[in-house]
Amino acid sequence: MGTRECGSPIAMSRPSVGEAGLTGDWRNSRPVMDAAKCLAAKSGKVTCQLCWAYCPDACITQGAGPAIDLTYCKGCGICAEECPAGAIAMVPEAEHGTCEIDAAAEVAR
Amino acid sequence: MPTKILDLPVTERVLSGNRACAGCGIGIGLRAITKALDGRMVMTVPASCLTVLGGMYPISSVDVPWVNVAFPSTAAAASGLAAGLRAMGKADEMTVLAMAGDGGTGDIGIQALSGAAERNDDFIYLCYDNEAYMNTGTQRSGLTPAGARTTTTWSGKRENPKDMPRIMEAHGIPYVASTSAVYPTDVYDKVAKARTIHGLRYVHMNVPCPSGWGFDPKDTVRLGKMAVDAGLVVLYEVEDGVFRLTGRSAALAKSGKRTPVADYIATQGRFRGMPDGSVDEVQAWVDARWDGYVRRDTAGR
Amino acid sequence: MSTGTTEVMTGNEAAAAAVKLARVQVVAAYPITPQSPVVEQLSAWVESGELPAEFVTVESEHSALTVCITASTVGARVFTATSANGLAYMTEQVWWAAGARLPIVMCIANRAMAAPWNVLNDQQDSMSVRDAGWVQLYCRDNQEILDTTLQAYRIAERLNVPVMVCYDGFLLSHTVMPVSVPSVGDADAFLPKRPEPLQIVDVNDPRNIGPVVIADPRADASGQSCHGYMEIRALHQQALLAALEVVPEVDAEYAAVVGRGWGGLTWEYLLEDAELVLVAAGSLGTQATVAVETLRAQGVQAGVLGIRCYRPFPAAALRERLVGRKGVLVFDKALSYGYEGPICADLRAALSGEPDAPTVWGAVCGLGGRDVSPDHLVDAARRALADGHAGTRHRPTDWINLRLDG
Ligand SMILES: Cc1ncc(C[n+]2csc(CCOP(=O)(O)OP(=O)(O)O)c2C)c(N)n1
Ligand code: SF4
Ligand code: SF4
Ligand code: SF4
Ligand SMILES: [Mg+2]
Repeated sequence: MGTRECGSPIAMSRPSVGEAGLTGDWRNSRPVMDAAKCLAAKSGKVTCQLCWAYCPDACITQGAGPAIDLTYCKGCGICAEECPAGAIAMVPEAEHGTCEIDAAAEVAR
Repeated sequence: MPTKILDLPVTERVLSGNRACAGCGIGIGLRAITKALDGRMVMTVPASCLTVLGGMYPISSVDVPWVNVAFPSTAAAASGLAAGLRAMGKADEMTVLAMAGDGGTGDIGIQALSGAAERNDDFIYLCYDNEAYMNTGTQRSGLTPAGARTTTTWSGKRENPKDMPRIMEAHGIPYVASTSAVYPTDVYDKVAKARTIHGLRYVHMNVPCPSGWGFDPKDTVRLGKMAVDAGLVVLYEVEDGVFRLTGRSAALAKSGKRTPVADYIATQGRFRGMPDGSVDEVQAWVDARWDGYVRRDTAGR
Repeated sequence: MSTGTTEVMTGNEAAAAAVKLARVQVVAAYPITPQSPVVEQLSAWVESGELPAEFVTVESEHSALTVCITASTVGARVFTATSANGLAYMTEQVWWAAGARLPIVMCIANRAMAAPWNVLNDQQDSMSVRDAGWVQLYCRDNQEILDTTLQAYRIAERLNVPVMVCYDGFLLSHTVMPVSVPSVGDADAFLPKRPEPLQIVDVNDPRNIGPVVIADPRADASGQSCHGYMEIRALHQQALLAALEVVPEVDAEYAAVVGRGWGGLTWEYLLEDAELVLVAAGSLGTQATVAVETLRAQGVQAGVLGIRCYRPFPAAALRERLVGRKGVLVFDKALSYGYEGPICADLRAALSGEPDAPTVWGAVCGLGGRDVSPDHLVDAARRALADGHAGTRHRPTDWINLRLDG
């Protein structure tokens, strides 16, 4: 199939997650959240959320116990470093075996 | 009242899985910027790390209109967007945001920016300052701090960085601000305020760069805050000529508890081997500047 | 067709008049001799409200074309003009405008390139950016400047490629001639509003325009294979080649409405039976028409083939008109330093391999405003004929009216 069908003679991208592929692959360590320590999870309220605010890659969803999208999390460790409760630990990927990725995100490749 | 983390809108316009390095400060800042403009914006971007974050054709990593332009032309590109949108009767639909690196702003782009500022064209210009030409491999820029080693200052840069916000202030534009990506609420408030003003609004945003500065990506926020605590990066705004320290910098002015520049310098590979004498010179430079900021802040109150 | 007015005006004024008739929405330009009067005139009209447009008083040519690039990206009809060093200064954006496929129209009041400084005419400036992907049209007189500038918008907006309208500095830019100005009604009938741009700048449909494009095609999020850099360049080349059809079509459309056409890609004078053909672009072509009259009086069957559209290069049209002639003498007001005149080199390539191709002679003239009269062209033609009779196959470019040795 040729590229003519892409419909435009100019370079004009559409937004999508995963432009650089499944960037979870880049990770050496993964953030693992301990709900027993997380201020939001403990209170059952959407409070704190510093990990959410500081994630450069928008991989964390707000919540009473924020959720981390490991498909794209690059493992920078900022969330763990900035968590005021020490609720996020960076665990070397090797200890987890291969990095799990969301199959649905494969299309973005 | 300054915005709090929990007040930041949740809609994300910087998409996951983008091409920026792990721990890149640009992502933190850009998330806050796009939130402050509520996505009702068109951004124009020159060659830089930001282009890389924006993504390669045909996928965009940012969920807002974005127009790429040549490296020296960011401000003129924004002038053209503003003029074009006005001519098309669409000026109210979106805020024009020019966003360029320190090199694209203070070096090759300064002529177009100065022209646009003198004309007081209607857009926000945001310089994200990662303190070198990162996209081309960490060469010095006019905004690289003294002492920093780059691939064109192998034994450390000798000159202090040029003071872009002050240069912009000298143009008499209605709004100038200095902020840091690691204070997303400060970024948010300044861009949100800039959004309500017409004419050229300049925001300078410090952005820690783990790859170029030589530190562990986990420390992006920590080191960005250390720079503010040392008074190397100062959070302030100048609205219609009135100067005001904001956030952490305002608190530091009150407490008088700035930290030594040497502590900050010790954290990064780029300053390794910097002679003590040079560190003292930077400290003296920072002290003098800081006194000036505090004086202006006091005078403005 | 309704009657317009006839006014005595300079080439720069003719260009400005066309810009007004085209209802241009954004003008950005930076002054340089001999283009400056265009900018001054447009600025006056914008200030007085006669031209309801945005006028951006940029600080450089690089910014002038940048403003046009982004204003055009959001759908506005835009204009700029420059000369010589101004064009060289904006070269990066000359390429950008074309690669981004924006229907920008730019007038070039042709002037010599420094160093050394010289504000007078030759065509080195625009010739030096011939490869950047713009349509380039060269004008003979002030009437053609007005008409071609209006036509340029139609061409640009049909093909989504930028168009340069080139006219000789001072010789045309500052020389007054009677020019018939079409009525507003005719101009509007000929040139409709700009169609929707290729670019989408919409907060409800966000796009990233002009990002990094890799060498190979790459799939989008839905799996559709999208262009690599070469596909985008190939489509650009196709659009430029389509101008070989569109330029004459638009000229014919213009003639149908306004009652005046310029021949499309090329024009000719006494060409029918000509054995020796003089080739030139711009006002030099008018000089050549006088020269061939003299040559004919001297018994030489000479004619003129004028180049109106230099890019795309009308190779087929030139072959059709030149194959079978005895000789062709090409006058260039520019040089590819280290080789020969650009039109000459292109013409040789166009004719190469044709069994009955004429001998092609090259001459360079008028650099930096050096006087070039019809008599100079006649002399050059005589030298070429003599070389032809002597059986010379290759000779160095003939520098006309050069006085190094007296
Ligand atoms: C005219 C021109 N000169 C040089 C370059 C090469 N270039 C691309 S990005 C860049 C440096 C960008 O530095 P900065 O603006 O600080 O942004 P950063 O990459 O650091 O984010 C350079 C020198 C270019 N694209 N265009
Ligand atoms: S930063 Fe830590 S405590 Fe705060 S919400 Fe995130 S995980 Fe919970
Ligand atoms: S901050 Fe870094 S480590 Fe934490 S979720 Fe985001 S990308 Fe992953
Ligand atoms: S080099 Fe620095 S600024 Fe550029 S993407 Fe990497 S971390 Fe960000
Ligand atoms: Mg930089």
